[in-house]
Amino acid sequence: MAGSSVSVDISQAMAVAPVSAGDWLIVAPSILTLLGGSLCLMTRKNTQAQPKIGLIFMVLLVAANIGLLARVLDKGVITMVMGNWLPPFGIAFTADALGVTLSTIASIVALCAALYGSATIDNTGRRYGFYPFLLLLMTGVSGAFLTADIFNLYVWFEVLLISSYGLLVLGNDRPQLDGSVKYGILNLIGTNLFLIATGLLYGMFGTLNMADLATKVAALENGASGTLATIAALYLLAFAMKAAAFPVNFWLPASYHTPNIAVSAVFAGLLTKVGVYALIRVFVLLLPGSRAYMADLIALVAMATMMSGAMGALAQGEVRRILGYLVIAGIGSMLGGVAVGSTLAISGAIFYAVHSIIVMTALYMAAGVMMLMGGSYRLRELGGLYQASPAFAAVFLVLGFAVSGLPPFSGFWPKVMLVDAALGDGRYWLAGVILLSGFLTTLAIGRIWIFAFWRGGPEGTADGTSTVRISPIGQLGSAALWLPIGILTALVVYFGLQPEWMLQVVSRGASGVVEPLGYVRSVFGGL
Amino acid sequence: METGLSILIGLFFTVSVYLMLSKELVRMLLGIAILGNAVNLLIFTAGRLTREVPPLIPEELYTPAVQTANPLPQALVLTAIVISFSFLAFLLVLAFRAYQELGTDDANEMRVAEPADEQAPPQGY
Repeated sequence: MAGSSVSVDISQAMAVAPVSAGDWLIVAPSILTLLGGSLCLMTRKNTQAQPKIGLIFMVLLVAANIGLLARVLDKGVITMVMGNWLPPFGIAFTADALGVTLSTIASIVALCAALYGSATIDNTGRRYGFYPFLLLLMTGVSGAFLTADIFNLYVWFEVLLISSYGLLVLGNDRPQLDGSVKYGILNLIGTNLFLIATGLLYGMFGTLNMADLATKVAALENGASGTLATIAALYLLAFAMKAAAFPVNFWLPASYHTPNIAVSAVFAGLLTKVGVYALIRVFVLLLPGSRAYMADLIALVAMATMMSGAMGALAQGEVRRILGYLVIAGIGSMLGGVAVGSTLAISGAIFYAVHSIIVMTALYMAAGVMMLMGGSYRLRELGGLYQASPAFAAVFLVLGFAVSGLPPFSGFWPKVMLVDAALGDGRYWLAGVILLSGFLTTLAIGRIWIFAFWRGGPEGTADGTSTVRISPIGQLGSAALWLPIGILTALVVYFGLQPEWMLQVVSRGASGVVEPLGYVRSVFGGL
Repeated sequence: METGLSILIGLFFTVSVYLMLSKELVRMLLGIAILGNAVNLLIFTAGRLTREVPPLIPEELYTPAVQTANPLPQALVLTAIVISFSFLAFLLVLAFRAYQELGTDDANEMRVAEPADEQAPPQGY
């Protein structure tokens, strides 16, 4: 073939124009974290250098994501194909407002966790690879948010899953091994279900490119809805397991409280939201007909998830486990948005995901500080934190109000949008359950605040007295603990008081998946 | 050919679901191993089966003259084999460590992370 290749017109199959410099940003998040993870792995015995390398690459990741977000908001959806093979043959990376927004927020949270981890992860944890795993986890998360190929999405899921296993067992405590067994097995089954559905989808359409699939499914929608509904049901189960939706959510409260608190914080922020993202991507972009067909089922799952999360939180006496159930309650709200499926509802779900990533990470970080100050995670053994630090008590209350959806913090706006969309769609039950779960969440948070902060000391302390034996703020003093919580709380307050910018971004993200024309055009170059 | 393989895949799924419903970790892991193989076969079959045609392109053509086997599912299966193999290796070690530390391979008795006698939260202020 070499002799005759001069006459071949490769523009039929390959991109011939060089990729513009700015478009390289699409792969930058994955490449940077992969590079940083490898560097950290090579130097993992040097425990002093680990946090520095980790932080440098996290800052680079945030910068790359912000650059990419600016470019997407400026130019619309952008696409890059691997190995220059034109879609649908080559794997495409497509950055749209939905993926990039979540990727940016995720990278900010990961930066905060890397900083927080430099205070809470000891040298043994560093030597066993906290930073390499964290960076590789971000490789998987960024790749999942930016890929436009459904099999590639599966691969990124596995990348983040294996990194999360590493983070989860870091330390090898008995509870960790117990939690890891449940987390590990159930999540692996979930990704296998995802793979089954993808295999069947490929068998049906002969393509894995999401834009190509969206076009082909739309053309076929009336023809074979039964087969498609089977595939959609498999996807729903797979992503519900990933996102911890009822009734396949029991791995989350079994495992999220076992690892180091910095690891819990990252998990609570990122992992379940990747599942929700995949659910939005697959159900709204690829299979809108099946989503409409299963809307009632998804709404039921959403309501059950919200209620099991909120009531589970009320039944727990351990701060981290309460927070684990609150993660689940939030997942229910986002699923409610997917059930309604209008642009407003999807905007609300995306905004809720952004809010939930920030606030759940911040709450777990705050729980870590509560442990350092009060010496326990149990409500019965905590108390007097308000006297030790009124400022920290205020920060916790802000985060608690945000997770309950009370104004003027970031949880309020997405809840307004979701309730509005649910009412507009005639789903009064869904709207009611969103409000009720917010109310129960307020109770759960209020209970933490009263017992851990407001009363004078642990159980047994007489009313009106105080037994503050708590290390005051000054002694904990490390900026690595306070700065991440401060940054995330500032974001919570900012999105609560100034939601306009984020509202614009999420509604662009939502209309990009509800009306996939722009997405398809970006991948196929204006066909 | 596809029909036969489909029945085989169904058998694989049956066996793996049965094993995964067990409460003993080793059986669960065997179930997961079989599940991985069932998925791989499924992807392979979903790509349609073509028998023994070498994917050669004659000198004067740019595409194969006759239909050859679909290479994409094979690439997907290769990826999935590597992933499921490494995950199984990890889970085997994890299960062994859990057995060492917790002294049981019965999922019902693994209550260290979620103790059965956990205190209820304080009921009154």
